Amino acid sequence: MNWLRRLLRTPEGAAGLAILLILLLAGLLAPVVSPGDPLRIAGRALLAPFTDPAFPLGTDRLGRDVLAGLLYGARTSLAVGLAAAFSAMVLGLCVGMVAGFAGGLIDEALMRVVDAFQIVPAFLLALAFVSTIGVSTPIIVLAIALGTWADPARLTRAQVLAIREQDYVASARVIGMHPAEIAFREILPNALPPVLALSATIVAGAVLTEAALSFLGLGNPNIATWGSMIAEGRSVLRSASYLSIIPGAALAVTVLGVHLFSEGLGQALGDNDVGAA
Amino acid sequence: MSGIFCSLRQLSVTYGRGVAAALDGIDLDIVAGERLAIIGESGSGKSTLARALAGLLPEGARVGGEMLWPGLGHAPRPGRDFGVVFQDPGSSLNPVLTIGEQVAEGARRHLGLSWKQAYVRAEELLGRVRIPQPEKTMRAFPHQLSGGQRQRVAIAAAIAARPALLIADEATSALDVVVQAEIVRLLDGLVREDGMTLLFITHDIALASGFVDRIAVFRNARLVEAGPVRSVLSAPKSDYTAALIASHRDLATPPLITEVQP
Amino acid sequence: MNDVLLSVENLSKGFSSGARQVAALDNVSLTISAGETLGLVGASGSGKSTLSRILLRLLSADAGSIRFEGVDWLALNGASLRRRRARMQIVFQDPLAVFNPLASVGAVLDDPLRIHGVVAKDRRPGEIAMLLERVGLPADYAGRPVRALSGGQRQRVAIARAIAARPSLLVLDEAVSALDVTVRGRILELLVDLQKEQGIACLFISHDLAVVRAVSHRIAVMDGGRIVETGPAAALVAAPQSDAARALVAAVPRLATDPC
Repeated sequence: MNWLRRLLRTPEGAAGLAILLILLLAGLLAPVVSPGDPLRIAGRALLAPFTDPAFPLGTDRLGRDVLAGLLYGARTSLAVGLAAAFSAMVLGLCVGMVAGFAGGLIDEALMRVVDAFQIVPAFLLALAFVSTIGVSTPIIVLAIALGTWADPARLTRAQVLAIREQDYVASARVIGMHPAEIAFREILPNALPPVLALSATIVAGAVLTEAALSFLGLGNPNIATWGSMIAEGRSVLRSASYLSIIPGAALAVTVLGVHLFSEGLGQALGDNDVGAA
Repeated sequence: MSGIFCSLRQLSVTYGRGVAAALDGIDLDIVAGERLAIIGESGSGKSTLARALAGLLPEGARVGGEMLWPGLGHAPRPGRDFGVVFQDPGSSLNPVLTIGEQVAEGARRHLGLSWKQAYVRAEELLGRVRIPQPEKTMRAFPHQLSGGQRQRVAIAAAIAARPALLIADEATSALDVVVQAEIVRLLDGLVREDGMTLLFITHDIALASGFVDRIAVFRNARLVEAGPVRSVLSAPKSDYTAALIASHRDLATPPLITEVQP
Repeated sequence: MNDVLLSVENLSKGFSSGARQVAALDNVSLTISAGETLGLVGASGSGKSTLSRILLRLLSADAGSIRFEGVDWLALNGASLRRRRARMQIVFQDPLAVFNPLASVGAVLDDPLRIHGVVAKDRRPGEIAMLLERVGLPADYAGRPVRALSGGQRQRVAIARAIAARPSLLVLDEAVSALDVTVRGRILELLVDLQKEQGIACLFISHDLAVVRAVSHRIAVMDGGRIVETGPAAALVAAPQSDAARALVAAVPRLATDPC
């Protein structure tokens, strides 16, 4: 696709895409590289990295394989991050479109709801939600989505309002196009690019929020997550700092990758205008 | 006659990622004190010429050839040595500043006037460009004026620092015919009174021919023909110029429809 | 053949800007007969665009009535309005802004054919090719994105789209104002040819009297939201009665060649 080629031409896009693909591979190949339950006790405790070829990244306090935790944790981060961002985007798009088209009281009412969700800091909202309802993965995804859907909603609405005034929408009406067709064929595809560019930032935020929830002990205890690994490493931070640093670094690289990708995507999609006349 | 104000020797401009030149080997002299029209259609390079002269080319634009300024003796200073009036009266003025501030700015900055003196000059200028109720307009904002009035303000702002050259880049193209004619008369009058050199860029050969001394016709980045307006119009050397002249339509041109209705 | 196709009566529309009430249209009345071109001239702000938008049902009127093809045009809504829209189409000024940035020429022409069922589905590609040829474009342009075309070519596509649904009235709102001079003449000729061929009536709106004169049978002059003068094109241009018309006549640029 055209935009993919443009994306790859930007250094940010190429780097971001590379990082995300490595991450994806890590998650997919986890059961191949480190078969078995990553949370099982696999060997001696507190083995340093690069000492034992069976455990390339060492083991933690309980003897769990750090590499296994890292690879399986990649799955969690990506899965939760993507699922939460996707839910936030879909919810935001729907609400934004309805508000933008309906106008009047419906628009006002919906925007007040958006205001309410934007006022509460996303992380605190997720925190409150998870601590009251429970710690299963779907709940965590929902909690993060609730904290982040407001921005895409506002942006979508702004796009819809702007595009509605364009001459090509007026032309579509004059041709006799049905309003629903105008909404989905004329307006939505042209409203999407900036909202899509926003989605990458939401993924980054979702990944961090998930890690933070796990760090605080509010994540799903039955799966390997980078957040819980970082938390576990706190008690031995001075003697075995690698336990926190390795998953921390993975987190940082992931977020960096998402941001770079989003930069590149923004440039690739925004590059549509013709040059000087 | 007077000396040469600006001399273009083999001027070429290519935009960043472009393959084709936007201007290709232009040799043109601008005589001090003259009114020169640059005539061209889309893609002719006329806007690029305006930008090159005004130092407004985007980053990454490659410039070849030279622009000499014998009339100035040094590189031109924006605002002080030349002023520009752009095409779109809607976006050439800052929407959050008052008209007075925007017109006074040039005078203050380049003539070393205090704000108070600059404001007095600004009000005088608004009167010169025939803005009704100049004192009131000084405090108004651009959105409160019509397109034609905004263009007058833009002209006032461009000449505030008494520049030697005024570049009007399609300054009338976004206005309707009646306002266009008024603005053209205004420009003609101002330029004569102040002895400025005028570069009038447009696609409308008839509009320009009504008041300029010379015209230069551009096509596809090249200079096709230049000369005194009467000679070019009565005996165009190039087919393209002849085609432009032939495409002109005024009230004397026979209509395309038959008078009797079907 | 000289039946009245469109009859606008006492149309009024006001806008409130802050504390002021502006009458964009003030009791405007006009008629257009089948197959004729009525030119509508006026300076900016005279109300021409407001009139065209109300005609095309993009804007609502405050008062007045419009009868089009024998129906109360302003009373139509929803599906019945959409159906009848095929009979009145418009070509706008900006040939780029009127197309979905993502659309191809073929898709743009297919829309009205599909929506109004002009021809059967399998015959649509053929109809598109015919429309393109009619407006002077090669049939293989159907696959190109609209953004890849020049201004003049895009305006031809806009005209093709407008005539696709076989309208009886075509509104042209400053349709040639944004085009190069050398292209303008050809588009005007195209419009005149289409009218002769298909008997479409036209409302040709512009601030340039010379262009309007070239294609109109009758001309109406607007000023300050009112129609101040109407008459046969040649007569009006030769002897304008109203101040607005005189100003428009005087403002038409003339080539300054020496009188022979």
